[in-house]
Amino acid sequence: MKFEVNGEELDATVLPGQVLRTVLRENERYEVKKGCDAGDCGACSVLVDDQPVHSCIYPAHRLEGKHVTTVAGLGSPEHPHPMQQRFSDAAGLQCGFCTAGMVVTASTFTDEQIADGTDLPRLLKGNLCRCTGYRAIRDAIYGVTNTEVAPAGDSAGRSTKAPAGMRVVTGREQYTLDFTTPTKTLHLAVLKSPHSHARITSIDTTAAEAMEGVHVVFTHRDSPATLFSTGRHENRTDDPDDTLVLDPVLRFRGQRVAAVVADTVRQAELALAAVVVEYEVLPAVFDPALAREPGAPLVHGEKGPESRISDPSRNVVAQMHGETGDVDAALAASAATVEGTWQTQRITHAALETHATRGWIDDDGRLVLRTSTQVPFLVRDEICHIFGLPTDRVRVFAARVGGGFGGKQELLTEDLVTMAVLRTGRSVQYEFTREDEFTIAPPRHPMRVGVKVGATAGGILTALAVDELMDTGAYGNHGIGVMFHSVHESISVYRAPNKRVDAESVYTNNLPSGAFRGYGLGQVIFAVESALDELARKLDIDPFELRRRNVVVPGDHMTVVDPNEESDLLFGSYGLDQCLDLVQNALAGPPPADSGSLIGATPVPTGDQWAFGTGMAMAMIATMPPRGHFADTTVALNADGTYTIGVGTAEFGNGTTTVHGQLTATVLGTTPDRIVIEQSDTDVARYDTGAFGSAGVVVAGKALYAAAQKLKIAMIARAQAIVTGVGDPAQDPGVPVSTDLGLVDVALTPEGVLMPAGAWGPGRVVSAAELLAHGELRADGSHDGTPRSVAFNVHGFSVAVDRNTGEVRILRSVQAADAGTVLNPEQLRGQVEGGTAQAIGTALYEEMMLDGAGQVTTTAFRNYRTPKFSDLPVTEVLFAATHDDLGPLGAKSMSEAPYNPVAPALANAVRDAIGVRPHELPMSRDRLWRLLQA
Amino acid sequence: MDLIDVHEIRVARTRDDIVLGESVRPLGGGTWLFSEPQPPEHTGFVDLTALGWTPIETTADHLVVSATCTIRELTDFALDPEWPAQRLFRQCAESLLMSFKIWNLATVGGNVATALPAGAMTSLLAGLGARAVIWGAEGRERGILVSDLVTGVRAIDLLLDEVIRSFEIPLTSLRSRTAFRRISLSNLGRSAAVVIGRVDATGECVITVTAATPRPVQLRFDSVPEAGELSDALSGYSDWYSDPHGAPDWRRAVSMRFAEEIRAELSAGTDSSTDTDSSTGTDTHTGSDA
Repeated sequence: MKFEVNGEELDATVLPGQVLRTVLRENERYEVKKGCDAGDCGACSVLVDDQPVHSCIYPAHRLEGKHVTTVAGLGSPEHPHPMQQRFSDAAGLQCGFCTAGMVVTASTFTDEQIADGTDLPRLLKGNLCRCTGYRAIRDAIYGVTNTEVAPAGDSAGRSTKAPAGMRVVTGREQYTLDFTTPTKTLHLAVLKSPHSHARITSIDTTAAEAMEGVHVVFTHRDSPATLFSTGRHENRTDDPDDTLVLDPVLRFRGQRVAAVVADTVRQAELALAAVVVEYEVLPAVFDPALAREPGAPLVHGEKGPESRISDPSRNVVAQMHGETGDVDAALAASAATVEGTWQTQRITHAALETHATRGWIDDDGRLVLRTSTQVPFLVRDEICHIFGLPTDRVRVFAARVGGGFGGKQELLTEDLVTMAVLRTGRSVQYEFTREDEFTIAPPRHPMRVGVKVGATAGGILTALAVDELMDTGAYGNHGIGVMFHSVHESISVYRAPNKRVDAESVYTNNLPSGAFRGYGLGQVIFAVESALDELARKLDIDPFELRRRNVVVPGDHMTVVDPNEESDLLFGSYGLDQCLDLVQNALAGPPPADSGSLIGATPVPTGDQWAFGTGMAMAMIATMPPRGHFADTTVALNADGTYTIGVGTAEFGNGTTTVHGQLTATVLGTTPDRIVIEQSDTDVARYDTGAFGSAGVVVAGKALYAAAQKLKIAMIARAQAIVTGVGDPAQDPGVPVSTDLGLVDVALTPEGVLMPAGAWGPGRVVSAAELLAHGELRADGSHDGTPRSVAFNVHGFSVAVDRNTGEVRILRSVQAADAGTVLNPEQLRGQVEGGTAQAIGTALYEEMMLDGAGQVTTTAFRNYRTPKFSDLPVTEVLFAATHDDLGPLGAKSMSEAPYNPVAPALANAVRDAIGVRPHELPMSRDRLWRLLQA
Repeated sequence: MDLIDVHEIRVARTRDDIVLGESVRPLGGGTWLFSEPQPPEHTGFVDLTALGWTPIETTADHLVVSATCTIRELTDFALDPEWPAQRLFRQCAESLLMSFKIWNLATVGGNVATALPAGAMTSLLAGLGARAVIWGAEGRERGILVSDLVTGVRAIDLLLDEVIRSFEIPLTSLRSRTAFRRISLSNLGRSAAVVIGRVDATGECVITVTAATPRPVQLRFDSVPEAGELSDALSGYSDWYSDPHGAPDWRRAVSMRFAEEIRAELSAGTDSSTDTDSSTGTDTHTGSDA
């Protein structure tokens, strides 16, 4: 079939039942993304005969003679389409996986539609972005410039562009599967368990193996016997060893039964039906409260202490019980108390790039895995552990990753690909579908959180107790870490002489839960902040004031239940007081021009049915994960005056790459565009724990900053030796400099080292080439992730609630963030907006539903309500003015944190409006309506 | 998504090419068929979109919309000032979960044949009292009201060899005064309730509820009813739909409220097509559409 793509004729084979997206990607038009494969997300948008369509649902048999234009056909980095330039200038992207479709779609908007703006919610309802919260996308479409070009040596603190931005908006940036392997790639498909709990009694793969194109079929008989966890941490013993690559016991619906490797995806999927399996169905348990009762079916009852499960005989993977003081006595003596139980739901990360791995054997015979991961080094180490391989025989790397949010701190596809590559010697790919993301990828842990809190009449907390039950599902990946983290900063942020925590993380036969932005804190903060809001009402104290009277301040011990606990958590800075003031003052004042609706002034609704309210909540978070987070980085000078940095951390829209460039350029007196960044590859850095716990700036960034400082000293020393003749120009740059001439005017410039005039003659610039003539200049820097500081976020809302329908309309959304020194204001604003957007989704819209018997019933975006442009307000973002003693240039992390205070702030505003306390998320229209009927 | 069980897609050029059966099913725009896994027994499709059916034509008594008319063609059809009810075309198209990009391909017949409660073309055509013309094998043809054609969730009164050829919208319906309300759990999300009211020249009043019910629910009154009469008629209905897009008790409540608002609007006797506020299909309740 012949048709044109971006002006070039393509003569392609089109199979019946194929869609345009598949045909385009099979012909190396990788700029066309596969986000949902169902017409919901718009990432695959292209023009067909100038009409925008979703290429994933466009039947390819209609292509004859058609003209297709992809984002790469609209423009190039050298000659971008005006809309591409706008997205770049506005910083209208984060991970960028939705951007191709956004740009193609927006390129069809008329000048009138853009000038008017009010139609944007409708025009963009077929384009999902999970990262930005859409404000930056709106700015891009409007042609607003939010970025700046930094002078040499002065980029930190400025809103410089993401280095990959122009490549992303023109479709040139590669994501995980956007490349062609030299040899033909095989594809892997997985047969999934139809039962929530069963044992495979027989499995026959003969018929499947005989099918066309099939190379191998794997079953539990082929699986390594090594137990592991899909959840990845610096210390592998942080997670329970409860998982096998292929297990004869199936503990949730959708668990792997067998895997087929075939020439094409279609052949692999068709062969699944030919695998003959007999099961012994076992009793199952789906309610975490029932799961820990005597007599409940045991999910991992046979596991021993080597699996590190707290109590397999009670389905408890982790538990914490502790008390300081006497909570019950304190509550009994309190002037006011509040008690309640709050419930949160499962949330899917909805990263637009699904989990995927392609693996092959490189020319040196090493196993190479190119995977959509936040943690390439941790994946490498665990793959080596499972398969008994030495680490120098495995390379793991990530190209740009299309969104993470914690979901890619898991090993979900790499193990099967490893098995298939090792068996076949071929390149093999395994790509999750969107349905897989909903049904087998671990979502946010659902939690039931009971809170008891008491205070004196003056609003001084007397006691705070939390009773938490979390459903970790069939496997314990992150089921331990999330639980311990969830009750830490949520509780230690408040001073109360009496505290108690009872927390249990419980196995069920539901799909496994996992790591999600905030790592458990958000669920508990929703409950604690709701309870404190109710306490403020009882005491008739302003909720901001109640916080001020009870939050920790520098000098306080951050106590969960042990006031004497030793910790590396410090107050490197403190901006909570500022954040409280900023939000309170903002809400008390008139709204700024750009607030409320994304498309202009928010009309305050009129009519008796509308109820109005305001609410606030706050959150504290450690600036990095506990128990060690390591980064080894390098910075090297290149002969053309650019620098190459090697850093292990991955880029998935978090913006750390931009900041790494800024930090390095600032130290080395150059501009960020002269920094070449090699990253997220076990070959380019010695080690990096990975991009989670918001560690990209404060760990890897700090390591890079140190490396750049070392390199600067080495460059100056060498320039001095060359110009003055004092010292050895060939001295090893890794050795501390012995010859300090005390020159104050020496400076690094983009052209080289500027030496002042002196006894040696006139001042001059020593170029990179001249410096490197005496040997390479390369420095390394490391950081071990300790001690850690704390960051703060306060959110405030004003809302209107329709009592008749339960609709919540957000009139103001304000967040103040204490991120220390702001290294890139526009990016940080984007992180706060994106976290807020995701949390508004959690608070009002999103809900993974199960049928009570382990079956997920929301298996596509169309049934899930990921926030669209039409669902989100402008969030006014304010920054506290602080400088952290621990972070690079005084910065703190701020990626997970903005998510955490949003849901309770919104719940408190709804409570203020309707007079009834919501205890359950999401606060969907039907739930709020029902609350109002009671 | 690729449909892995499909071996053949035949593009029909004439009626004789439409040969269907258990394994060979009709294909319209494809925007729904290619958006979800299909039953493995559906191994072939007959593409109806190259039959050259005139998208929209007017006869003496009807506006005839072909099954292969795209949503785009329907919404682009020039507004006739004699047809105040035509504004429902846009209101219903905007009620589709899918974006304007899907309108370029999705067909009116495909939307009805998919038989989802939130099928906005079903809402539109049922609300306007349209009759579907059905073609069977060997030249058979029959007619059925759209409100009867959709019999339940993903269930439709069509034989395996039948396709929808067109929809006949009575011009008397297009000359009716109408009122429209919808809601979903998110602003532009999949409809949880769509209520359409229509009063024609004879004074007959028809209230059609879709999205909140597994199939269209239609109430007919000789004239605009009193509030009690309407609520009695609707409260007798009990089969409110439950899916991730709304709980049935809420759907019942908002549907009844919308029906009452529509009743009040229609009994006020104003021609709402000239009322700019409501002609956008939005008011304080359906502000979610704005």
